[in-house]
Amino acid sequence: MFDVNKIRSDFPILSRKVNGQPLVYFDNAATSQTPVQVIDVITDYYTRLNSNIHRGVHKLSQEATEAYEAARKTIQNHFNAAHAHEIIFTAGTTESINLIATGYTNILQPGDELLISALEHHSNIVPWQMLCERTGAILKVIPMTQLGTLDSNAFETLLNEKTRLIFVNHVSNALGTVNPIEEIIQKGHAVGAEVLIDGAQACPHIKPDVQALDADYYVTSAHKLCGPTGVGMLYGKSSLLNQLPPYQGGGEMIATVTFEKTTYADLPHKFEAGTPNIAGGIAFGAALDYMNSIGFEAIATYEATLLDYATEALLKIPGLKIYGEAPEKTAVISFNVEGIHPYDIGSILDQMGIAVRTGHHCAQPIMDFYQIPGTIRASFSFYNTKEEIDRLVVGLQKAIAMLQ
Amino acid sequence: METITEKQQEVIEEFSLFEDWMQRYEYMIDLGKSLPLISEEHKTEDNIIKGCQSKVWVHAGLEDDRLVFTADSDAIITKGIIAILIRVFSNQPPKAILEAQTDFIDQIGLKEHLSPTRANGLVSMIKQIKMYAVAYQTQLN
Repeated sequence: MFDVNKIRSDFPILSRKVNGQPLVYFDNAATSQTPVQVIDVITDYYTRLNSNIHRGVHKLSQEATEAYEAARKTIQNHFNAAHAHEIIFTAGTTESINLIATGYTNILQPGDELLISALEHHSNIVPWQMLCERTGAILKVIPMTQLGTLDSNAFETLLNEKTRLIFVNHVSNALGTVNPIEEIIQKGHAVGAEVLIDGAQACPHIKPDVQALDADYYVTSAHKLCGPTGVGMLYGKSSLLNQLPPYQGGGEMIATVTFEKTTYADLPHKFEAGTPNIAGGIAFGAALDYMNSIGFEAIATYEATLLDYATEALLKIPGLKIYGEAPEKTAVISFNVEGIHPYDIGSILDQMGIAVRTGHHCAQPIMDFYQIPGTIRASFSFYNTKEEIDRLVVGLQKAIAMLQ
Repeated sequence: METITEKQQEVIEEFSLFEDWMQRYEYMIDLGKSLPLISEEHKTEDNIIKGCQSKVWVHAGLEDDRLVFTADSDAIITKGIIAILIRVFSNQPPKAILEAQTDFIDQIGLKEHLSPTRANGLVSMIKQIKMYAVAYQTQLN
């Protein structure tokens, strides 16, 4: 049974006051809050297990290694990857993308085509632009529609035998649009392209099955789904990961080292140079366990009621326009109020203890498409309530009265 | 002619009369709405400071050994803070601007707007004011 009050009691930060008011946290798409179950795992790691993994013969190292590898297994099960070694621990989505982009440097040929979508976050744009500069490959963009969805007809006309890689987010961070990644993967594969899905915004709301999707690469960050910052993962099919060169050189990623020649370790260690974020990796696993204990279906159902409730309430405010009206979207509302700059509204809401995001959300091309400087983005999580949405509405009315 | 320190003191005293954040913000919003801060010819791409949040335009010119600033922003609260900065720093000798402290902003409860994480262009604006002061001071020497 989904009990939001019980869930809220798991999150110590939600009882905090901000500017004298109880915190209303609607910036979940930027980072989610951390339940005590995850905080305890981090504390426990530094209290009982702290040591270096994969090489100590002593007890602490063994226990820490077991906990870290158990977390990898948890992540594998969560995403239904075929093998645990297809899960690479990274610093987060951005590093995962850079790892792949760097890996293709010597694989691509000049004139090869890469497709990205118009809905991407800067971190799923810039690494590919840099890859194109290194290789002479060409970056093409799948355009978007006024509703904030991808133009699937245009996508098909962009596909051809030169298309080597396609990068699309599962869910748009700025608008909440859920993209038809199944179809994109299928059609991409039909022309021989490999497809990377940026799941940073999807994973807090949706439980992806990478085998059912047939995704070549799927990347995400722990801090969007109740885990800590600074850790994330790269899923890749082992056949593809095996053909990529290592990303960084260092300890842990080697098999043998001599001054003449070094041979590399097998997956996943080949891509995990140096001492990793051990506590972070273990806590990532704990965060998935926590979310699964609530259940992604229950989360999706509850968040959909929040989204509907908020959409209806916000649209009653005169002059308020919502950007991103895809039929399928996660609990994110990006909006503006006519004649008022998003920064002004965000600043006033902050005074009332309400945390929203304002600005371009690291997706400037989307803002350019709508010809706006930015939006106010309220992003909801399963621990938010309708009462908090009421406070947002009252706060907005007050801010508008002050600013108009 | 009032010094920068005197002007800062004046602003601090004015703000101390406000009872809560709403009065402070309403005052800034009024400042932001009312002041003509920059002439259109100076609202150029060269004079723009791009923040993630709001844009700021700054222009400086020398009038009788004093540095006069005009500026603008697309966000009203940012513009209100600009109006306060201009009131304090404009029409002052470059040397005085160079030597001036900026912590009065903390004392009037607007510190958060000067945080680099706000990315609203104001931090860069203060840097820009100081840079102009350096440049014109060199010119005067």
